[in-house]
Formats: sequence, C-alpha cells, structure tokens
Amino acid sequence: MNNLFVYLELEGSQVEEVSLELLTKGRTLANRLNCQLEAVAIGSKLDEIGKQVFPFGVDKLHLFDDARLFPYTSLPHTSILVKLFEEEKPQIALMGATSIGRDLGPRVSSALHSGLTADCTSLEIGDHEEKKDNKNYTDLLYQIRPAFGGNIVATIINPDCRPQMATVREGVMKKEIFDANYKGETVKHEVAKYVSNTDFIVSVIERHVEQSKVNIKGAPIIVAGGYGMGSKENFQLLHDLANTIGAEVGASRAAVDAGFTDHDRQIGQTGVTVRPKLYIACGISGQIQHIAGMQESSMIISINNDPNAPINTVADYVITGEVETVIPKMIKYYKKNSK
Amino acid sequence: MSLKIIVLAKQVPDTRNVGKDAMKADGTVNRAALPAIFNPEDLNALEQALRLKDKHPGSTVTLLTMGPGRAAEIIREGLFRGADGGYLLTDRAFAGADTLATSYALSMAIRKIEKFDVIISGRQAIDGDTAQVGPQVAEKLGIPQITYAEEIQSITNGTIRVKRRLERGIEIVEGKLPMVVTVNSSAPECRPRNAKLLQKYKHARTVTEKQAEAVDYEDLYSIRPYLNLAEWSVTDVSANIEDCGLSGSPTKVKKIESVVFQAKESKTFDSSDVDIEELMVELINNHTIG
Repeated sequence: MNNLFVYLELEGSQVEEVSLELLTKGRTLANRLNCQLEAVAIGSKLDEIGKQVFPFGVDKLHLFDDARLFPYTSLPHTSILVKLFEEEKPQIALMGATSIGRDLGPRVSSALHSGLTADCTSLEIGDHEEKKDNKNYTDLLYQIRPAFGGNIVATIINPDCRPQMATVREGVMKKEIFDANYKGETVKHEVAKYVSNTDFIVSVIERHVEQSKVNIKGAPIIVAGGYGMGSKENFQLLHDLANTIGAEVGASRAAVDAGFTDHDRQIGQTGVTVRPKLYIACGISGQIQHIAGMQESSMIISINNDPNAPINTVADYVITGEVETVIPKMIKYYKKNSK
Repeated sequence: MSLKIIVLAKQVPDTRNVGKDAMKADGTVNRAALPAIFNPEDLNALEQALRLKDKHPGSTVTLLTMGPGRAAEIIREGLFRGADGGYLLTDRAFAGADTLATSYALSMAIRKIEKFDVIISGRQAIDGDTAQVGPQVAEKLGIPQITYAEEIQSITNGTIRVKRRLERGIEIVEGKLPMVVTVNSSAPECRPRNAKLLQKYKHARTVTEKQAEAVDYEDLYSIRPYLNLAEWSVTDVSANIEDCGLSGSPTKVKKIESVVFQAKESKTFDSSDVDIEELMVELINNHTIG
C-alpha cells in the first residue's frame, strides 16, 4: 500500500531504457518517501524481467504474462493497471512518455480520476499549503514540466487524488544500477482476473519496428540546427560539419516543425534529452523546452546572429555571426589544424 | 455505409511563434500577444474525417470545440473546409480545466450530439502537448481508442483499420466502431478552404456573436438556419458542475516560473577568420574534438 509504482515498457522480453531510467528515479523518490518501489510488467514471456529490473532496486515485481498482452494494446493494459492500482493504492505511478505511456496513462488516470502530468522534466517531493481551505499536504510529488510551447515551467501537484501520475521522456532521467545483488519479490498474477475478452477489441495486424538510424542520445558531439538555419538546404551545412568533426546532427522543434529535418533528430522536452561532450547550437534561439533537453552538455557553443539569443546564456562559447559564414569556416580551420 | 463523424478541435495560442512580448514581466503568458490558431494536429484530424466523408457518401462531419466565445472561429474554419456543422462548448464554469475536466465536459457534449461512429482528434495540442484528452474522452465514453494515427485506411462493416506512426516504426491495427482516433502531424495536411463553402458560411455566427455584432439582418438566420452555430453551456450538456473546470481537475498548478538558466561565463567570438581559427585550435588542443 502507498508505494511507488513504475510501469515497465517492454519490447518482447526486453525492458525499455526509459523504464530503467524511471526505476532509478523511482528508487530515489521511494527512499525519500520511505516506501517501496514496485514494478509492473504486462506482456508475454516475462521470465527474464526480474533479472533486468531487480538491480535497479525493485522491491516487488508484478507479472502479468499472457500471449495476448504483447504487442501492447490500450484496453487490456488499462484494465490491469486500473484493477491493480485499486487493490494496491500506490501513492505515485510513473511511466514513459512514449507512444505507449501516453496512450495508457491518460486512460488509467481517467478511470481512476487521478491527475496525470505529461512529459515531466523533473520530479521532486515537497509540501503544499492550500491557503483557501487551510489544508497542509506533506510529501507530494512535484511534477515539473515546461508548458506553453516551452515558454514557462510549471510545477503541478495532485493534492487529493491518488495515484499521482506522471510520464517522463526517455533520456530525461539517468539510469543507474542501485545494487547489482538487490533481491525483490516476484508476484505472478492471474491475468484472467484482470482482463475480459472484450478488452481485446483492437488487434495489431502488422508491426514494423525500425531501429532508428539516428543516434543522437549516445553521440559525444552534436551539431544542432534551429529555425535560424533558414532552409532545408542550409541544414546540409550541419551534416558537413558533423561529418568533418565526427558528430551527429540534431535539431530544435522549430526546425523540425519547419520541415528542415526529421522528428527523430529533435532535441528538447518534446524530443530527446542529450548530454554530449560538445553541443554546437546553430541558429537556435533557445526556447526553454530546447534548453531543458541539452543544458547538461559538458560544453556548449552557440552560433547565432542575435548576440542576445537566450541560448547564449548557457553557452561556453558564443559566436555572433551568420551560420552560413561561420560553419564553413569551422570546417576549414578544423581541417587545417587537426592532424 | 454512411458515417457519423465527430472531430474534436481546439483553438490554441500559436506557441510556435512566440515573440519577446509573449511573456509578461511577472513570468505569466501574455495570451493576447499570441495569435489564436486551429491546433495543427486537429487539422490533420479534420482531413482524415473529410476523407472518410469522401469515401462514404452521406456521411457527416461535426466539429466540437471547447473554449471562449471566439473559439467559434474554429467551427467556421471547419465549415469552410468541408465540415457539416459544429458545436461550441463555452461556459465560465469550464475555465481552469485540466485534461480530465476537459475530457469530462467534451464527453458530456458528445453524449448530447447523439449517435456517432467515430471521433477523431489531433494527438495533442501545441499549448499543452499532453496528448491526454483523446484517450480520456474515450475512457469517459467507455469506448476504445487508437492513438498516433497516420492514416485511417478503411472502415468496412463496422471495423476500422488504422496505420499508426510510432517512435520506432509503424503498426496496422483494427478495431470495432465506435472508436476514438487521434491523429499525428505525419498525417496528410488539411485541404484548404473551399471558396463556395466560404461564401456559404461566412456569416455563420453563435448567438453571442450575433448579439455582440448587433446583427440587424436577423431574417437571414431564419432563412438559412445552417448559419446558426450552436453554443452549449454546462447546463445544456447536463454536466455536473463540480466535475468541470478547476473543481473537476485533480491536478493543480502550484507554481509557474519563467525559467532563468544558470548563466555561464561565456567566451565570445565573431565570424572573422581569426576568431574561428582560434576557437577551432582551442577545441582541438583541449581534446573536445578530434
């Protein structure tokens, strides 16, 4: 009762990175709240799940193993979580802000009438005083997220409803082994008690999983372009620089929205969070939602024709000038000076 | 088979083009400085609805939007592009609604619209980016959902077939109607306004708008009843007022900040050859690159 739950996202029998990151965060929050960390795996052939998640400090693993539960569909996974949460009464439930978590979370929160905050960039524990009703709340989950297209940051709370639910994007939290020998308990649930046949009203006919060709999350150097690149053609400059110095190309949301490049290169709150050794921001003004996704880069270079671009405040090096002029010169002088 | 299609659409501030005056000194958003637009993915949703109407003669597309009085613009925009009608859900009691209270209000309005086969909406709105309202409306109505749709491929004998575009690939799924479908921006863009429909509907107004404009050609609206846009309040849709707006919202905003990032001491360069070479040499020497 009153524990912290993490929904495990699965690809076959493999737990996704985002869920392991949430377990790491969940463990920290559970320690702070002095409660247990529990994980829920819903899918098929789940014998290997425990091995993957116990090192992250999971105290109890709930397994729902049934051939019909993979690939994911909304209703059966919703039914299981809703019933499980009604029985277990978690205080907090976390899931990935993925196409699965963002399909499942809202449905579960609606059924339980509990609050859900999407795409949190930070989760903290804190208190709240409701002056109007003279009520004090302790140890609430602060769900912190950029809002309004990333122009402000809001702290959201769910004072009265449980569980307090939040989704978090992959890469936002850091994955860390808690204890390689951690021993938790495994509970195998009888699936038929939780789902009915009518839950299988939507079926997956075909499924093509593509490995992303772009690996911006793991790249040590990222050259990212924003709306200030001006055109799809100019984006090629970024690829030229990236190829020269061994980097991957990223983009701001504005550049993706403008059609300069593909969504899988998007960095920021609604894209990927990155922590490279070097981040070169080209023609990116620096909306909060973008900065939130790259500010932990070890070194940041900003190239912008506006000396007052907001991104310059977080940059180690600021180059004031036109990207079309600066980037070719960077390539030229890199080639000249590198051995 | 003709279909009754409902499209959920939202008028949003254009957060993609935020200028310097968009934030007030106290860190709150100056909504007045932002143009109000048809939420982009809701336009993708409208196009999917209109394509179904093209394929299934006799089908109707009805827009439903919730917002302040000026959100009637969304309904007109939909009519100009081929929708058959629409409803504006507007009431002070809806103010401050989070996604759950919004979904409740929309679900009550949908129940009032009567029979429907499919509800289509954008995956998410650009002012909140939550993607929660579609699934929550589905849950409130007790019907299934298909999110992240790129294309509604077919509806045959009450079975809908949808192509979904996910982070890493695609899925083709099938399910029985009624269904809520939410549509991604990767779906085809919405068709433009139709000149004939623009002529036909340009005087379409809600009661409130007619009063505000002091329209003196009232007989126009009795001769052409399709120019009357329906406006619904909490009472009109038989919603429980406690479940609407702030009081129906489990989530509360504790704090809003305009963010100030930890400013760094930065080294500045211009675009001259000397400066760029100095920077590149420095990056190579300290092993940041190369």
